[in-house]
Amino acid sequence: MNLEKSWRRLQQQVVETQVWKSIFRVGIPNTNRKRVLAVLGNVVLHLHPVKTRKSGVKMRYTWCAGGMTFFLFLVLTFTGLLLMFYYRPTIEYAYGDMLDLREQVPFGIMREMHRWGAHAMVITVWIHMFRVFMTGSYKPPREFNWNVGVVLLVLTLLLSFTGYLLPWDQLAIWAITVGSNMARATPLAGYEGPFAAQIAFNGVNLVTAGSDARFGLLGGRIVGANALLRFYVLHCVFIPLIAAFLMAVHFWRVRKDGGISGPL
Amino acid sequence: MTAIKDIINWLASPAIAVTLSMVGLVGAMFCKPLWTKKGGILLFATLIGGFAFSFTDPNFRIVASMPDNVPILGMLFLVGFFFWYAMYQAHLNDARLAKGLPPLEKEDSDKKVFTWPDLVYVELISLIVCSIVMILWSIVLKAPLEEPANPGAAPNPAKAPWYFLGLQELLVYFDPWMAGVVLPTLIIVGLMAIPYIDTNPRGNGYFSFRERKWEIVMFCFGFIILWVVLIILGTFLRGPNWNFFGPYEYWDPNKLVPLNNVSVSEIFWVKWLKTALPAFWLKRELPGILLVLFYMGALPGLLSKTLFKRFYEKMGTVRYVVGVNLFLIMLAVPIKMYLRWIFNLKYIVNIQEFSFNI
Ligand code: HEM
Repeated sequence: MNLEKSWRRLQQQVVETQVWKSIFRVGIPNTNRKRVLAVLGNVVLHLHPVKTRKSGVKMRYTWCAGGMTFFLFLVLTFTGLLLMFYYRPTIEYAYGDMLDLREQVPFGIMREMHRWGAHAMVITVWIHMFRVFMTGSYKPPREFNWNVGVVLLVLTLLLSFTGYLLPWDQLAIWAITVGSNMARATPLAGYEGPFAAQIAFNGVNLVTAGSDARFGLLGGRIVGANALLRFYVLHCVFIPLIAAFLMAVHFWRVRKDGGISGPL
Repeated sequence: MTAIKDIINWLASPAIAVTLSMVGLVGAMFCKPLWTKKGGILLFATLIGGFAFSFTDPNFRIVASMPDNVPILGMLFLVGFFFWYAMYQAHLNDARLAKGLPPLEKEDSDKKVFTWPDLVYVELISLIVCSIVMILWSIVLKAPLEEPANPGAAPNPAKAPWYFLGLQELLVYFDPWMAGVVLPTLIIVGLMAIPYIDTNPRGNGYFSFRERKWEIVMFCFGFIILWVVLIILGTFLRGPNWNFFGPYEYWDPNKLVPLNNVSVSEIFWVKWLKTALPAFWLKRELPGILLVLFYMGALPGLLSKTLFKRFYEKMGTVRYVVGVNLFLIMLAVPIKMYLRWIFNLKYIVNIQEFSFNI
């Protein structure tokens, strides 16, 4: 009894310090007014509306699959950042850095978290898409957000694909070789693709193994040092930036399209 | 025991597995008792039982426990579970709708709750659960690392990352420009087109099957068969030289599979007309070109007057043309597979001169 009282008092005192008040403007959200302000005043939370349809917060309805995908994206950003402290994207160092990550770094589960997280994100994004489809949530007025979602799906796969090369082991280069060989067959733009051999000037082929779509992707004729650097930059900077931007659009549109869908 | 395994090995061969899963999926979707709690338990028990049985087999164990294959097993269970769960809720709602009641979600959708605490707490709990799962998974299972990269020594089989193995499987039936470029592009375009093609206003914002049967059947056909089933085939049943191996078969790199595939032009000119192949490509490939033109050009028109009359009238010309073409292209994938399995057909159009093979 006494203990509880003193705990309350302590709480009260902490909450009333200048430090606490400067951080959490509204105090403990124990009234409706304060609950509103808590959401509005927080940069992360204010992506949410102040009030949500009750059906939209149910696990039964959303499976939290979109939320999981986003959370996994955050996990991947964080563990990826830690990995960047150790990893150097050159063929001399990349594989060795992988070994060091496995053997030398204390609490070395960053690489595991990053790899399994990436697999998990691919799976959750599919399940999210499946949920959105099965609830008919792509129907008006959410057509555009479905499209943003499709782009996010592609970006998720590309993120995973570009990251696959970075360990620079046999699994990595051959998976990327198989994958990028497809670009060789792009109609017109890949040198083995339909009609590419017909693009010639004065009898000189313009689309060759040294100038086609695959060459542009890999920065070379084989999956080598340039490809590693290219994939590293795409994986760590370029695609995450676009994906993060589109996620912001995606969440904003969930709100602006009337919140999580529900029967009219 | 070996007899059972032989039967399963045989059932898993691409032609039979794809047929079974197609018939099974569509049939199951119309089989109401499956989408109840009992049906779910039955499905789950079958899946678990199948795995438990399979894990006693050493050949299966080798393939299934490669580290990068573990997530795919996870995906199998998750997709299976959520498929059942969506259909389960859809049928709950359908029963209500049949009685003239609103869907279950309706009760809640009129009420509003404060984001803080109701939503924030759900998110927090999901976040904690997700973190725990990720940490445990990372401690238990080491990330794979193979030998250092060696551009001179290709592994056999060389496989793309698992989520692209459906596309790699398509390479058996299509040239790379189709399997690797055109079809993936059309998957993306097709997904994006869905909200604009589907004009059915019902079933927006709640689970339901009876209000949008054909949309759901078509989407699940693409998602489950052409994506998930082909990935499973590509991961677990394709071994050295991309040959097929049953789940209990040893991946023998020396397995020989005879390849004697023929093209439409060969069938038409050599087999039927008993003449040599014409030298000029247009004449040689005319039969195949006409087939493709018929399929893509004339069939939509014919269908709009017959089988799809209802859709044509409801959707209007532009929506109908785009929708039907996407649908026909999706259908062309299994059609080409069957042509291969039944007639050993290699190409419908085979214009080597332009590397243009369909
Ligand atoms: C990186 C990938 C993605 C992330 C992080 C993401 C995140 C989210 C989140 C957090 C929501 C809120 C509701 C929920 O959790 O289900 C949502 C809703 C939605 N998402 Fe995604 N999403 C992604 C990909 C996709 C994809 C691939 C699609 C469809 C092709 C899609 C379409 C939608 C739609 C239409 C909604 C509104 C659903 C409703 O109102 O019920 N999203 N997304």
